[in-house]
Amino acid sequence: MTKIVPPNSFRQGPDARGRFGQFGGRFVAETLMPLILEVEKAYEAAKRDPQFDAEWRRLLTHYVGRPSPLWYAERLTEHLRKEAAPGRGAKVYFKRDELNHTGAHKINAVLGQILLAKRMGKTRIIAETGAGQHGVATATACALFDLPCTVFMGATDVERQQPNVFRMKLLGAQVMPVTSGAATLKDAMNEALRYWVGNVEDTYYCIGTVAGPHPYPAMVRDFQSVIGIEARAQMQEAEGRLPDALVAAIGGGSNAMGLFYPFLDDPEVEMFGVEAAGRGLHTEEHAASLEKGRPGVLHGNRMYLLQDADGQVQEAHSISAGLDYPGVGPEHSWLHELGRVQYVGATDDEALAAFQLCSKLEGIIPALEPAHALAHVIRQAPLMDREQILLMNLCGRGDKDIFTVARHLGVEM
Amino acid sequence: MSRIAERFARLKREGRGALVTYLQAYDPDPKTSLALLRGLPGAGADVIEIGVPFTDPMADGPSIQRAAIRALKAGATLSRVLAMVRDFRKEDGATPIVLMGYYNPILAYGIERFCNDAACSGVDGLIIVDVPPEEADEVEPHAKAQGLDLIRLVAPTTDEARLPRVLGATSGFVYYVSIAGITGTRSASSASLEAAIPRIRRHTGLPVCIGFGIRTPQQAAEAARLADGAVVGTALVDTLAASLDEEGRARPETVRQVLDQVRGLAEAIRAG
Repeated sequence: MTKIVPPNSFRQGPDARGRFGQFGGRFVAETLMPLILEVEKAYEAAKRDPQFDAEWRRLLTHYVGRPSPLWYAERLTEHLRKEAAPGRGAKVYFKRDELNHTGAHKINAVLGQILLAKRMGKTRIIAETGAGQHGVATATACALFDLPCTVFMGATDVERQQPNVFRMKLLGAQVMPVTSGAATLKDAMNEALRYWVGNVEDTYYCIGTVAGPHPYPAMVRDFQSVIGIEARAQMQEAEGRLPDALVAAIGGGSNAMGLFYPFLDDPEVEMFGVEAAGRGLHTEEHAASLEKGRPGVLHGNRMYLLQDADGQVQEAHSISAGLDYPGVGPEHSWLHELGRVQYVGATDDEALAAFQLCSKLEGIIPALEPAHALAHVIRQAPLMDREQILLMNLCGRGDKDIFTVARHLGVEM
Repeated sequence: MSRIAERFARLKREGRGALVTYLQAYDPDPKTSLALLRGLPGAGADVIEIGVPFTDPMADGPSIQRAAIRALKAGATLSRVLAMVRDFRKEDGATPIVLMGYYNPILAYGIERFCNDAACSGVDGLIIVDVPPEEADEVEPHAKAQGLDLIRLVAPTTDEARLPRVLGATSGFVYYVSIAGITGTRSASSASLEAAIPRIRRHTGLPVCIGFGIRTPQQAAEAARLADGAVVGTALVDTLAASLDEEGRARPETVRQVLDQVRGLAEAIRAG
């Protein structure tokens, strides 16, 4: 293997071909290619338009409720210090993106993309969703902008995320259950792409994560970077310095990319991306693309992918529908190979324990996705010095998950 | 001259277009699939496309998705598909074979090794659906070195500015995707085809075949008249699927039913 030389900056990507190192690109059928190029051109123009930025920021402030607070999780910090060696136990902060309108970080990038779709003159919006958070965010923005919205969702996820399915319908969206494959996020994305191929003239595909063909990984990251930019300023204000470590959950990787990106060139800031280890990395049932997969091409981009020896894509497994994806965004794949970010796993059981701990200690019911991040915080904070600061992205709230969690805990509701 | 060029040159002399058939390898099992493959030239297929099964066929409709599931369950892998082509080539040295599929199984196999093995097995051309010209630099040199044609899809959305680039990267023949959509869902109107084919011909001297949405002998004959060939896939896959028993296994009549349909398509094309 060729040696990878670290770049001067970790914030240079992607290149003109939409590549982060060997990852990314535009692996789509010819029918979509002209449209992908059109999205790229429109996004480049929108980025340079101060009016576009002003409108997006107006929505973030007055509709979403940004900036989201930075919260010092004091009781959790004290709890973890009890288990730690003397002098150990970092201060734990939460970036509270679960307080956003619609209950997760997804709305940040959705509003940017819907404004872009309107600039492009598109009159229909489609989206894929796993946990339903991106679907709810897209349905919300479509209600606000009076655009018809179709959300593709794996039938398995429709089953386990009923509250969000009902929410999307209330907001006026059409929810299309997808039954192919394991009927989860990967299959929803396949179906959304198929629908898009058939409706290229009037339809914009609002992708929920930092994956898909260029320019989506860069565009979604840019919009989500509002998380990291705010957190940087808030941390300076609270502590007068940068955090020592960042922790975020990784499915496709949008909340993590949003938090990490503004810190990538601060070498003193360590970063941990937490993949869903499902029933354990020693089993076949997990969604740990970076730890257990290898580079491949799916959904328009080259990325780390769970696949068999013949290049057939394998089903992911996670208790969290939002992390149940066999791939991971190209920029994460690149940061993994460069070693800038450490990618670790948290199992279903660890996430469930963290979910309950956070609820009891902080009075915050987290979504199962950030509960995976919290599971790593529980391992990591006690290893760090008391003076150190660990910042976790609490990227979604757990209302949608209470039925799933109750079932796993054997509680009848 | 390659088998593909030779075949289209001969058909030109005969004054008719080509019948290009598509079936997935290993659908529904290797034995039936090989029997179908061997029967296709005799039934009137001029060029044979073999679909390489993939778990996530993003450009394909429900029929071909289900075919892929059947084929993967029957044990299909890229190397077994190549072995099937070798078996076919023992008896037929003339009918062009084109593999159509997605990139990831090729990446997993290794691009250089794949191009080498495909050519040695008797494959003549490749259609890699999710590799547009912009991403083809990894494949092109190896395909070229092995004499494999890289057949490109041109879609209704491929605009004038893009057309020369796409066609410039094409060899063998041009595959015109007649609708903006996935396979087997709807059909193009005659008027849209009559406008589209001359638009492509202005930029290339290669044969042009029309695919996606061609189901009936009449549609096939019309497409073969307007262009240089008609590709029929989903309609054949549907006939195959309808012939299977409740457990998805081939019945004794499966091969005959599919080949009868191929004969019907071939006759319509030959009648012009």
